[in-house]
Amino acid sequence: MLELLSPVPPGWGGNLLRGLAHSLQIAFGAFSLGLVIGTFGAYGKLYGGPVIRDITAIYTTIVRAVPELVLILIIYYAGTDLINHILEAMGYARIDISGLVAGIVVLGFVQGAYATEVLRGAIKSIPQGEIEAARAFGMSPGVMMRRITLPAMLPHALPGLANLWLIATKDTALLAVVGFSELTLETRQAAGATKAYFLFYMAAGLLYLLVTLTSSAIIGRVERWARRGMPSVKEA
Amino acid sequence: MTAPQAAVIAKPPHPATAERAEAIHIWNLHKRFGELEVLKGVSLTARDGDVVALIGGSGSGKSTFLRCINFLENPTSGVIRINGENVRMVSDGEGGQYPADRRQIERIRSRLGMVFQNFNLWHHMTLLQNVVEVPIHVLGMKRDEAVALGEQLLERVGLSEKRDVYPAYLSGGQQQRGAIARALAIRPRVMLFDEPTSALDPELVGEVLKVIADLAKEGRTMLLVTHEMKFAREVASHVIYLHNGVIEEEGPPETLFGAPKSNRLKQFIRTVS
Repeated sequence: MLELLSPVPPGWGGNLLRGLAHSLQIAFGAFSLGLVIGTFGAYGKLYGGPVIRDITAIYTTIVRAVPELVLILIIYYAGTDLINHILEAMGYARIDISGLVAGIVVLGFVQGAYATEVLRGAIKSIPQGEIEAARAFGMSPGVMMRRITLPAMLPHALPGLANLWLIATKDTALLAVVGFSELTLETRQAAGATKAYFLFYMAAGLLYLLVTLTSSAIIGRVERWARRGMPSVKEA
Repeated sequence: MTAPQAAVIAKPPHPATAERAEAIHIWNLHKRFGELEVLKGVSLTARDGDVVALIGGSGSGKSTFLRCINFLENPTSGVIRINGENVRMVSDGEGGQYPADRRQIERIRSRLGMVFQNFNLWHHMTLLQNVVEVPIHVLGMKRDEAVALGEQLLERVGLSEKRDVYPAYLSGGQQQRGAIARALAIRPRVMLFDEPTSALDPELVGEVLKVIADLAKEGRTMLLVTHEMKFAREVASHVIYLHNGVIEEEGPPETLFGAPKSNRLKQFIRTVS
């Protein structure tokens, strides 16, 4: 029975591992894109003018209000359609958007809304005096962001960001509905072809668990590093 | 027949004020928070080597005045000239104003060493990293040069062995001495102290005041908002008493504390000492 999991055909293990690699690629890309969007979103919400604040508020409200599956369907189909309409109107040929890029953009767009809120909260929890000290010593906004704000907010943001990362790894499964061959879709195909449903879904579950455990270990180390200047909560 | 000798004992003249360059000049500064006018036309000129102490009750506007000098608060109106540079302001259309040129403000701020009531060290950096941060990342000093300077300054404030410790693990007095080292590291034209000992436990006040007194002795230009009257009397060359946003009385410390003219100042000195 277990030979069905062998990484070389006729085993399906290779397909599962390829699916896992795709899932991780998308999760990593989406999480990174989400961080970038989230950083701009948080700064926009905190320091932007009225227009920027409105745009970011609409963005986070809508993305967080609509189920992710619906968003994925909307952005994936409507998004590619829109891009192709624009391209045609400008006189270019239609393009085929790769599942990988589309997946990263769609999930990244969703992650960005949550990351905006996580980072906004983290920036607000920096002691105001430390920001003021940075201003008082003549730091430009860019230097202040790089040297003070981002490193100082990191320990406050990490628990929330860790959640987002784990959600990203599992949200990749939603891309199965648009036919992207990530881990869940590969599993379903393997299980359907062999009728060994229990075996393959257990294997996929174990792979997801493995990703989570590895992530948690890494996140723990990053958090210890980010909290280097802060006494542990128990001591305080 | 005793007359000719009188001239001989005359004190050598104190360097005339005009001979020392002007570091800070503020004229007719106003600051309004909504309806509340906190500063109602305060003027001050500090020349190199001056130690100006600002005293006054809470709500007198002394901290706000200090914070207007490096534009942590934007003054509502008035002239500010620092290092001989007039700060250009533009109106915000709502009765206030803000600096026209952010870079000019950043340039000016990087010449003023600010020390805060609550120290405000950056908690994600060690003490030495705090001290070298601005020299390296704002003033563009080379790292090894900045580290040498930082070590020298930490030794000066008695914190050499704490260089690699994070601020959260230091006492208030140590944090404040570290904050003074951080301000000195920018080689400031003027040091600004905003109630540097108000947040400290009483037994830690002395170590911080000693550092500040040493700086005064070596001829550093300083503006000091303080509640420590005895200290102000000892180190200041000029004392300003603010009340309700105006200068009620000012002068050399001997006159101001020894023979106060206004009743308010008399009463103030009686209540705080």
